[in-house]
Amino acid sequence: MTDMTARLGHLTLPNPVLTASGCAGYGRELHQFFDVADLGAVVTKSIQLRPRSGRATPRMAETPSGMLNSIGLQGPGIDSFIEHDLSWLQSVGARTAVSIAGGRVEEYAELARKLANHPAVSMLEVNISCPNVESRGQVFACDPTASSHVITAVRGVLDEAGDRTPILAKLSPDVTDITEIARACADAGTNGLSLINTLLGLVIDTDSMAPALGGVTGGLSGPAIRPVAVRCVWQVHRALPTMPILGMGGIRSGLDALQFVLAGASAISVGTAVFGDPDAPMRVLGELEDELGARGFSSLADAVGFAHLSEDARARRRKKVVNA
Amino acid sequence: MSKPCHEMGEIFAVRRVGAYTEFTVIAPGIATGFRPGHFVAVAVGGPDTGMILRRSFALYGANTTEGYAGTVQFVVAAQGPGTRWLVQRTVGEKLDLVGPLGNPFSLPAVSDSGPVPAVLVGGGYGAAPLLPLADALQKQGSHVEIILGAASADRLFGELAAKRLVGQVTVTTDDGSAGQQGWVTDALAATIERVGATAPDGARAGGARPIVYACGPMGMLRAVGDIARAHGIRAQVSVEEAMACGIGVCMTCVLPVVGDDGKSRFLRSCVDGPTFDAERVRWADVGALPADLVGADAMGH
Repeated sequence: MTDMTARLGHLTLPNPVLTASGCAGYGRELHQFFDVADLGAVVTKSIQLRPRSGRATPRMAETPSGMLNSIGLQGPGIDSFIEHDLSWLQSVGARTAVSIAGGRVEEYAELARKLANHPAVSMLEVNISCPNVESRGQVFACDPTASSHVITAVRGVLDEAGDRTPILAKLSPDVTDITEIARACADAGTNGLSLINTLLGLVIDTDSMAPALGGVTGGLSGPAIRPVAVRCVWQVHRALPTMPILGMGGIRSGLDALQFVLAGASAISVGTAVFGDPDAPMRVLGELEDELGARGFSSLADAVGFAHLSEDARARRRKKVVNA
Repeated sequence: MSKPCHEMGEIFAVRRVGAYTEFTVIAPGIATGFRPGHFVAVAVGGPDTGMILRRSFALYGANTTEGYAGTVQFVVAAQGPGTRWLVQRTVGEKLDLVGPLGNPFSLPAVSDSGPVPAVLVGGGYGAAPLLPLADALQKQGSHVEIILGAASADRLFGELAAKRLVGQVTVTTDDGSAGQQGWVTDALAATIERVGATAPDGARAGGARPIVYACGPMGMLRAVGDIARAHGIRAQVSVEEAMACGIGVCMTCVLPVVGDDGKSRFLRSCVDGPTFDAERVRWADVGALPADLVGADAMGH
């Protein structure tokens, strides 16, 4: 038996498998397939202050080992979310990471105010891969200063409310140096990092000879982006070895999840895989536990960042396992 | 709503029907919850495939009791790499299925003036969910007529089964290779008028007003809805919208639909449909973002 307890900063989860924002709604649909309270946590679809219709269809194109989506953060707005969705998650006993998104720093702060000290919120995941309306639509997560402003604002609201709920900043891979953004968020007081959001992509429909998606560009997800995600986790863990990382991007099996753990993730999110297999999160959890056990790890924590150890250190650790 | 099951189902039978392939798969959990209008989402490509999304198909039938206990049937048209892989599967292989999904057709309550007569309109393999519906309607005493249409004879589905089930089946093809040359909508008005004038026992006019059910391409559903409205009767349609997940989490399969409160929203075809009242769907706005949609005002920033 491998101890699957996962630590994200000062938060302890019974296991390291979470859903990914935008891939599990607010939990209800997946609860038909498994008990969402058995997850490390449910990460909600990003919520904004006001209800949003989302973008025109088509919103999706399948791509090799992945998909491109352009939903436009369709959602009911924070008040309806708290009343109907967060309360439901609480009623089934699910740990919940609420993903918040906005177009202005103040919107993130206002969302944090609405959620501060709510007993059903285990974590806040701050989706900063949104266009900043105060900076000609530049994505917050592509600019260290803008990223820092959002995290500082959310941190400030929670601190003022005496709320110790951990904040995870969710970063975009579409940057020159992801460690620079990670450092900016760390300095602004984030408790952890979610790595990675989708990559920006475009598909042309060769029949209509126009972009396939109504929103023109979309976010690429699925196994196709996994090496990019593992690279980001690796680079950030190397740069900030004590910063907890929630790793995600194309995880479909326990072995996929293990790559993220070995690269430095303390927990992982199963995202797009859910679309093809609604049971994927619990299956990945079982497989990850088996794969850790097969490699002699008595706990998940021992495997976090293992791939960064020197060859000697890895050999010593393995010998210890064999002798035990 | 029946709870969906995730099952590995053995293929019991595969049958080529014109341009289509009809599967019978052993999936007792899905079969148990089946109602006409439900669909099933099928994984394609095998365990290591790069095709990560399921393909959705309307269920053509389910058998929970008789000889083939616990089987479901659906019809596949090979249109892309995923469906091409699927139609190459053979008896004894297993398929990864999730179902039953979506909202089934709702059957009309028997009115004071007797069971409600129905006209069922199927475009191509959109006929598949209508055949078990015809059976269910007839069992509650409704007089049923069916109109089947397709581009050409090989793209028709269910003609023989429809003829076995109901007395009146009208067939149309775009190229005239089977039935009347033209569209299903050419035959619809006359059929509504005839059915409206005919009570189930052949008695004279004055019975319940008919209802129309349809499944097929968007353009056909919109036209069927227009004709039903012109006759002052309801049309319930089942949409064939592209879906990534089929279970309501991905938000890709939305349509602009008017709610009970008169407000329009993007609703998911998978869990809020795939059956909709034709009058509630804003057909002209499919593929657009109408400014009066709830939450459209927040999309600007």
